[in-house]
Amino acid sequence: MMDSTSLIAQEREQLEVAVADAISLATQLGADQAEVAVSRQTGIAVNTRMTEVENIEFNHDGALGISVYVKGRKGNSSTSDVSPKSIEQAVKAAIEIAKHTSVDEYAGLADPALLERQPQDLDLFHPASLEPDDGLAIAKACEEIALSQDQRIVNSDGASYTSHLGIKVYGNSHDYVQSYLSSRHSLSCMLIGQEQDDMQRDYSYTMARNPADLLSPEAVAKDAVERTVKRLGARKIDTCSCPVLFSSDAAVSLFGHLVNAISGGSLYRKSSFLLDSLGQQVFPQGFSISERPHVLGGLASTPYDSEGVKTQDLEVIADGVLNSYLLTSYSARKLGMTTTGHAGGIHNWFVKTGDDDFTQMLKNLGTGLYVTELMGQGVNAVSGDYSRGAAGFWVENGEILYPVHEITIASNLKDMFKGIVAVGSDVDLRTSLRTGSVLIDNMKIAGN
Amino acid sequence: MSFEAVSEHLLAPTELSIDKLDSVLASMYQHKLDYADLYFQASRHESWVLEDGIVKEGSFNIEKGVGVRAISGEKTGFAYSDQLSLAALQQAAKAARGIAKQGQSGTVSLLKPSSAPLMYPALDPLECLQKEQKINLLKTVDAFARSLDPAVTQVIVSMSAVYEEVLVAASDGTLATDIRPLVRFNCSVLAERGERRERGSSGGGGRHSMEYFTSSPEGEQQAFTYAREAVRQALVNLEAIDAPAGAMPVVLGAGWPGVLLHEAVGHGLEGDFNRKGSSAFSGRIGEKVASEHCTIVDDATLMDRRGSLTIDDEGTAGQNTMLIEKGILKGYMQDKLNARLMNTASTGNGRRESYAHLPMPRMTNTYMLAGEYEHDELIASVKQGIYAPNFGGGQVDITSGKFVFSASEAYLIEDGKITAPIKGATLIGNGPEAMQKVSMVANNLSLDLGVGVCGKDGQSVPVGVGQPSLKLDELTIGGTQ
Repeated sequence: MMDSTSLIAQEREQLEVAVADAISLATQLGADQAEVAVSRQTGIAVNTRMTEVENIEFNHDGALGISVYVKGRKGNSSTSDVSPKSIEQAVKAAIEIAKHTSVDEYAGLADPALLERQPQDLDLFHPASLEPDDGLAIAKACEEIALSQDQRIVNSDGASYTSHLGIKVYGNSHDYVQSYLSSRHSLSCMLIGQEQDDMQRDYSYTMARNPADLLSPEAVAKDAVERTVKRLGARKIDTCSCPVLFSSDAAVSLFGHLVNAISGGSLYRKSSFLLDSLGQQVFPQGFSISERPHVLGGLASTPYDSEGVKTQDLEVIADGVLNSYLLTSYSARKLGMTTTGHAGGIHNWFVKTGDDDFTQMLKNLGTGLYVTELMGQGVNAVSGDYSRGAAGFWVENGEILYPVHEITIASNLKDMFKGIVAVGSDVDLRTSLRTGSVLIDNMKIAGN
Repeated sequence: MSFEAVSEHLLAPTELSIDKLDSVLASMYQHKLDYADLYFQASRHESWVLEDGIVKEGSFNIEKGVGVRAISGEKTGFAYSDQLSLAALQQAAKAARGIAKQGQSGTVSLLKPSSAPLMYPALDPLECLQKEQKINLLKTVDAFARSLDPAVTQVIVSMSAVYEEVLVAASDGTLATDIRPLVRFNCSVLAERGERRERGSSGGGGRHSMEYFTSSPEGEQQAFTYAREAVRQALVNLEAIDAPAGAMPVVLGAGWPGVLLHEAVGHGLEGDFNRKGSSAFSGRIGEKVASEHCTIVDDATLMDRRGSLTIDDEGTAGQNTMLIEKGILKGYMQDKLNARLMNTASTGNGRRESYAHLPMPRMTNTYMLAGEYEHDELIASVKQGIYAPNFGGGQVDITSGKFVFSASEAYLIEDGKITAPIKGATLIGNGPEAMQKVSMVANNLSLDLGVGVCGKDGQSVPVGVGQPSLKLDELTIGGTQ
């Protein structure tokens, strides 16, 4: 019997052949250009609840997607089954679709000169045991520690361990087929605390390419306990305006809204509050965001984007100025620009941090709201109007006084970005968009 | 009829047959199991997108596979395969049964085909219209939207159709099939005036033919009414002023604002959360959890609706389940696992995104029954507050009961009259508390147009919501003023 690594290596070879075959079939059937992407994932997801086994899932997922271009018309298709017969059906379906779409002068493959033909190894593949018992032992250990720390932890939503190995193959009719392997492992734990009638839940997690980089079950358990019990006794506060400190994990979403606003698709659709902002001061001076796609073992590291375009280091925001949009070949052509290698999304982002640790950031906040959780989708991408549910803590003179919930925070993202006063050194190292806590000068809080 | 057709399609191309399914289930019962099931699924999905006046994207997707589940006590083992073959099925069955130790326990009931009343026609919506007709419809809707107002500068029109067949075989003797059509049409526009730009969007669909979109139940082709509505919303939002902040009376419109019920009540009444004691509604059956004006059901048995189910994904017939009757909590939504562990019966709410996902208790069409007031009486009763007829998405923390949902169209109410439109804002409340504050319910029950998608544990399923206009005496509005 072969181990999972050699099975994966074998499957990778088969998929590379399948991709090349699909491209030549598409060309034979009349496509001027064709591109094919396959991703396959194999792994396990195991759950415990109240330290007993709850679920064991054996995952083996994947899909093959194909785009063909026939005289400027595009057709797409996909299949979950990658057998030669299904792939042939999918190619024919895409060609059929392309008979009915319109000529789009901007459609087509990436410029061949931009393709990454010699990708470097980014150290993304670290297989771990896929035996359920090994994963269950980790999840169970985490939950046992979590349930033994504090009497107010009365229930658990469970602990979960996942381990997945992935294959990504991309090819196009510029005589291009590339592939790489990756892995992803995670442990998470969600707890329920109770004090009188108040019931609150919270969680913690760890995620990494290499299982050796995961935080220990104990660290995850203790963080989940601390986060949960701190929320007990939460109250609503009166409607007011005040400065707001976003915790390092809550702040990630702020820059997620930035990603959306400067992505090519939002820009050519004029659906962005940062239209025509290239070269403009969008953040305060001193604020910067760098993208580093080739971090070894990085969660969002990729040698090339989902069109095969080489990824490169990029200063997205430099000293507060928007330095680059995030473009695919298509959106770049629509805007009369060149792709930035962002088909499929962003790579590792690093928000420049200041010197102040979390305690000092609370002092910088002074009196105001410290936000640890956001709820809902209340962001208007076109206008930047921002209104989301929030939970966190009320802070006075740099000291946390009590937990708060059932409130909203509102402003406009343009004002929020310009109103960033400081970024803390308390970076959340678990995410691929890395930032410290973020202090914003003023927002409207709605409560009582 | 549907049974033979579906089992023929799903099983015939492989070496599988019904008696082979029996033997696979029996092989699983060599381990100490309480339940095991096999879920076969095959679907075809076609979609078209018009943007910038041209048909830019078209796609065709094929998905098929089988999921195998084994349950012992509270433990579940689960494996699946995208190959519909006996070997793949046996391999998945072996993996799933590993959840329990070896040793005979119960016996597998003989599989017996069952049938439930059809809640939608067994048709293939991909074949309802010719591709040329679909393309033509997109183009005429685009032209119509642009003709409505010169402020409209961009139009995106999309349509999609799914044809899905499922077959469920379970150790309790369940053997059921379903043919599930699902169609969707959407129109989204951008309107610009001076410095301001706003989007408006509207769409609908259900488990029926594509021809619904070209039919004219109210004098105008259905697809055109979506375009008209999208343009209207964008134009309203161009005029919107800043929303107020703080707690105040809120009147929610009929139909889609029923997303309130989905978030504030629905998720908290799903059986899994209540078995585990993690919901704000846990252990509260028989208690008053809403005002006496509130009667709320989850109803899979509405013909052709997006959330309707002939059978759920465990083969249980779709049902109309009373959740809250005149404010009193009556029952939870159950799948087989949670029903067995809570000593009750499944309510036909066991749903899964696909063969590659585990079933869970999920909503179907969740709505509040009509009350006695006229809609205008609700508005007239508010001195200073908000009227919100349209919403975007929502979210709930089922443990604390906190829920949010975001208004996409809203107005001030001043001295009993609707006045200025206000910018979109998030509304936040606590489920059980907010439902106690429902003080008036109108007689205009309507359901949403067929666009709802519900997410839970990373799984998406189509759902419906609905309600009459209703007034909450107080809810927190997350504006800026």
